[in-house]
Amino acid sequence: MKNPIKGLHKEFENRIKLGIMSILMVNDTVDFNEIKDVLEVTDGNLASHASALEKKKMITITKKFIGKKPNTSYAATDKGRQAFTEHLTALEALVKNNP
Amino acid sequence: MRTAETDLREIKNLMERSSRFISLSGLSGIFAGIYALVGTWLAYRIMENTPGPESFAPLVGLAMAVLVLSLVTAIFLTTRNARKKNQKVWDKLSQRMLLNLGIPLLSGGIFLLILLYREMYSLAAPVMLIFYGLALINGSKYTLNDIRYLGLLEIALGLIAVAYTGYDLLFWGAGFGVLHIIYGALMYWKYER
Repeated sequence: MKNPIKGLHKEFENRIKLGIMSILMVNDTVDFNEIKDVLEVTDGNLASHASALEKKKMITITKKFIGKKPNTSYAATDKGRQAFTEHLTALEALVKNNP
Repeated sequence: MRTAETDLREIKNLMERSSRFISLSGLSGIFAGIYALVGTWLAYRIMENTPGPESFAPLVGLAMAVLVLSLVTAIFLTTRNARKKNQKVWDKLSQRMLLNLGIPLLSGGIFLLILLYREMYSLAAPVMLIFYGLALINGSKYTLNDIRYLGLLEIALGLIAVAYTGYDLLFWGAGFGVLHIIYGALMYWKYER
């Protein structure tokens, strides 16, 4: 039997990282503030977890100006999508095997 | 303790909350259905008392009244529901839902006006049902998925209504009245209790 633990990515173990990825899987790009509202986390907390995900090339972070206001938006990379899908499959397998 | 199961539940919840407007109130469907049934009954009375082209203006007025009342009720109840669920009423999600509902609906509305202008009254009821059904199917990707099936039923009724002309009011009342009440009740029972 295949070992389901293998598919788990420790990059997504953290609850906030898991949340960021979940949101980015179903949206093309999402603004910083929208993620903050949905996850109910502080600015600093979100920013640091997001940049950790960026370092692992799971997401891209785009900073630009809309008028005079700075705007940060996030998107999942292909690598990130694939890794998260594996993570999800592994979680599902875990639930199935340990009812 | 965190387990794979709680993680999965959280992921699903976040995916839904960040991509769909989930505060759409089922209760407003029930009200819209009731207005539509009362409207249908009044329309029968109007057509009985003033047969022929004279009944046109009051019937259009009646349809508009049903539409406006339904919209006002839906906005009120959905706002209340969103507040309860801690979701914003006016954000990217609700705007996306409205836009996607709105495109087929507006096309149908314009189509209907042209039909009426050209005095092709027999197609009015089926056109309303079919375009409304298409709007629901299109919008369902951005709100509670259940309205997709309501959309399919509305389209089916609309197609049957084209085949059996002369029963327009009956089909209109079934589509906008009965189906709304049944669906509204189902959604209320499922999400708002």
